[in-house]
Amino acid sequence: MSSTATTVAQSAPSTAGRPASAGAADSSPAGADSSPEPTGEAPTEAPAVDYSGYKLVPAKHPGRWVGTVLVALGLAAVLWSLATNPRWEWGVVAQWFTAQSVVNGLIETLKLTAISGALGFVLGFGLALMRLSSSPLLVGVSWTFSWIFRSTPLLVQLLLWYNLGYLYEKISLGIPFTDVRFFEVQTTTLISQFAAAVLGLTLNQAAYSAEIIRGGILSVDQGQLEAAAALGIPAWRRSTRIVLPQAMRAILPTAFNEIIGLVKGTSIVYVLAYSELFYTVQVIYNRTQQVLPLLLVATLWYVVITSVLSVFQYYIERHYSKGAVRNLPLTPLQKARRFFATHAVKESR
Amino acid sequence: MSTFVSESTTTAPAPSAASRGHVEITNVRKSFGATEVLKGVSLTVPPGGVAVILGPSGSGKSTLLRTINHLEKVDSGYITIDGQLVGYQLRGNKLHELREKDILKQRTDIGMVFQNFNLFPHLTALENVAEAPVVALRSEKSLRKPKEEARKRALELLDRVGLKDRAGAYPRQLSGGQQQRVAIARALALNPKILLFDEPTSALDPELVNEVLDVIRELATSGTTLIIVTHEMGFARDVADTVVFMDEGQIVEQGSPQDIFTNPREPRTRSFFSKVIEPAFNI
Repeated sequence: MSSTATTVAQSAPSTAGRPASAGAADSSPAGADSSPEPTGEAPTEAPAVDYSGYKLVPAKHPGRWVGTVLVALGLAAVLWSLATNPRWEWGVVAQWFTAQSVVNGLIETLKLTAISGALGFVLGFGLALMRLSSSPLLVGVSWTFSWIFRSTPLLVQLLLWYNLGYLYEKISLGIPFTDVRFFEVQTTTLISQFAAAVLGLTLNQAAYSAEIIRGGILSVDQGQLEAAAALGIPAWRRSTRIVLPQAMRAILPTAFNEIIGLVKGTSIVYVLAYSELFYTVQVIYNRTQQVLPLLLVATLWYVVITSVLSVFQYYIERHYSKGAVRNLPLTPLQKARRFFATHAVKESR
Repeated sequence: MSTFVSESTTTAPAPSAASRGHVEITNVRKSFGATEVLKGVSLTVPPGGVAVILGPSGSGKSTLLRTINHLEKVDSGYITIDGQLVGYQLRGNKLHELREKDILKQRTDIGMVFQNFNLFPHLTALENVAEAPVVALRSEKSLRKPKEEARKRALELLDRVGLKDRAGAYPRQLSGGQQQRVAIARALALNPKILLFDEPTSALDPELVNEVLDVIRELATSGTTLIIVTHEMGFARDVADTVVFMDEGQIVEQGSPQDIFTNPREPRTRSFFSKVIEPAFNI
C-alpha cells in the first residue's frame, strides 16, 4: 500500500522559504511551527512551511496488536483442548455422525422445518395483510392471533395440539347448528405426532412472521404506493412488483433469523416422541450412555444446516439489494477470484 | 429531444391530441381533520393549456393537484376531464365513488410527476418507464409480445428526455435531475391527456433544475394539458398560459403571466411576489 511515495502538496506559496528537510519528519519543531501561537520566532512566517517533501506515516495501533495476539492465544488453547481432551470422544462422534438413524432424524428435522417454515410464512403473509387492512374485524383477529401464539410457550402449544383428542373427541365437517355431517373422524387418528408438530410449529411461526412481514411492508415509502397508484397499476401487481421486492430487504434478515431459529426449534417436538434429529440422538445416548458425543453429533448437524442457510441468505439478500446500493459489493467468491487473479499477475512479472 | 410525437405509437396522432385534456374543477372542498385546506376552488384548464399554480406553502396547491387524479378524495365539489367525472359516477341523484379498478383506469389518462420523483428504486430506468405500459398492453389481446413492445416505447421516451444511454441504470445511480427526467418519461408512458407536476424541481440542486425545466418546456408545446405547481417564477412566466395564485385554500387571482406578474390586482399576490420574485428574475 505504501509502495508509492505519498507527498502532500502545500498550495500556499512559501514566502519565508524554510527548506523542507526530509529527515526531520517526526521532529517536534515542524508541529510547533504550524500552530498559530507565536513561540518566539516571527509569527507571520509560521503558515509558510512547505511540507511537500515529507513522507506520510500512518498512525500505529499497538493495542490492536496486543488484542489480536491475546485472542489468537485463546483460540489456540480452545482448539488444543478440543483436539487433545479424550473425553470429547471424537471417535464416537464420527461413528454416529452419518449413522442411518441419525440421518433419518436429520431428514425429519429438515422436513418439519421446510413444511412449517413455508406454511408459517404463507399464513403470516395473510395475517400481515389482515393487520394492514382497514377492516377493524380483520385487524382485531390478526392482532389476537399474534397475541395468543406469541404469549404461550411453544411447548404448551405442542402438547395441546397433541392432546386435542381429550378436548374434542371427534372432528367433523358439516353445517353448523344442524345434524348434517359430511365427514367425521376421531381426533386422535387425525392428529398424529407429525400433524401436531406441524400444527404447533406453523401457527407459532405464523404469529412471528406476520409481524416481520408487516414491518417490511411498512418500511416501504408511501410515495412508492402513490406513484404506482398514479400510474394506474392494479393492486395485486402493486404489491407483488413494487412493494414486496422492496419490503424483502427489511424482511429477509429477520426472516432468516426465524428460519434458523426454527431449525433448532424443531428439537422441542421431542416432547411428542417424534423422531427428529434431537429425539433420535437422545434415544441413542440413553442406550449407549455416550451423552456428550451424541449431543455433539446433533449440534454439528445444526451447525451445518445453519451454515448452508446463511449462504442462501447472503445471496438472496444480495438479489434484493439491486438498486438499493449504488454498486453491489463483490461476493466472497468474486473477491477470492480477484485476489488470485491479481496475485497471479504479480508472480508472472 | 426534437419531436414529441412518437411515430411508432399506435394511438391517435398529434392533431386530435389538442382536442383532449379539458380539465374542469368545480367548487372543490377538502379538509384534513379540522383544517380546511381547499375552500371551494374552481378552475378551468382548456385542452393543451398550461396552468401554473403559485402560492405560499400550505396554500393547498399540492392538495388541489392531487384531487385531479383522485389521489386525494374531495369532500364536496367535482372534477371533470373532457366532461367525464373523475373518481365518481352519477347514479340516480348521487355521485357514487368508482371502484378502485375504474379509478386506476381513469388515472392512465393523467400522468403525475412528484417532488421526490418516487421512482421505483429496485427497477432500472427502463423498467420504471415500461412498468405501466406492460400492464396496459397486456390487456390488448392483439399484441403478441406486450413486454417487448412496452420496452421499445420506454426506450423512445427515455430518448425524448435525453437519457437513452442510461436506460439500464438504477435510480440511485442517477443524478436528481436525471431521476426526475426518468419520472417524466414514466408519466408520459401511457400517452396521458393531462400531466400534473407537483413541485418537480424543489428537491433538486440549483444547477440541475434547468435540465428538468427544459424537458417540461418542450412538453408545453406538445398539446398535452399541463398543470404545474412550482416555485420557479421565471419558468412560470415563460411557460404558462394561465397563472393561478392560491392562498389559504382559495384562488386569490388568475390570469395571463403578463397580468399576474406585472399587474397583480390583489394585495396578497403583490406581497407574495415582493418576497419571492427578486431572486427568481436574476436567472
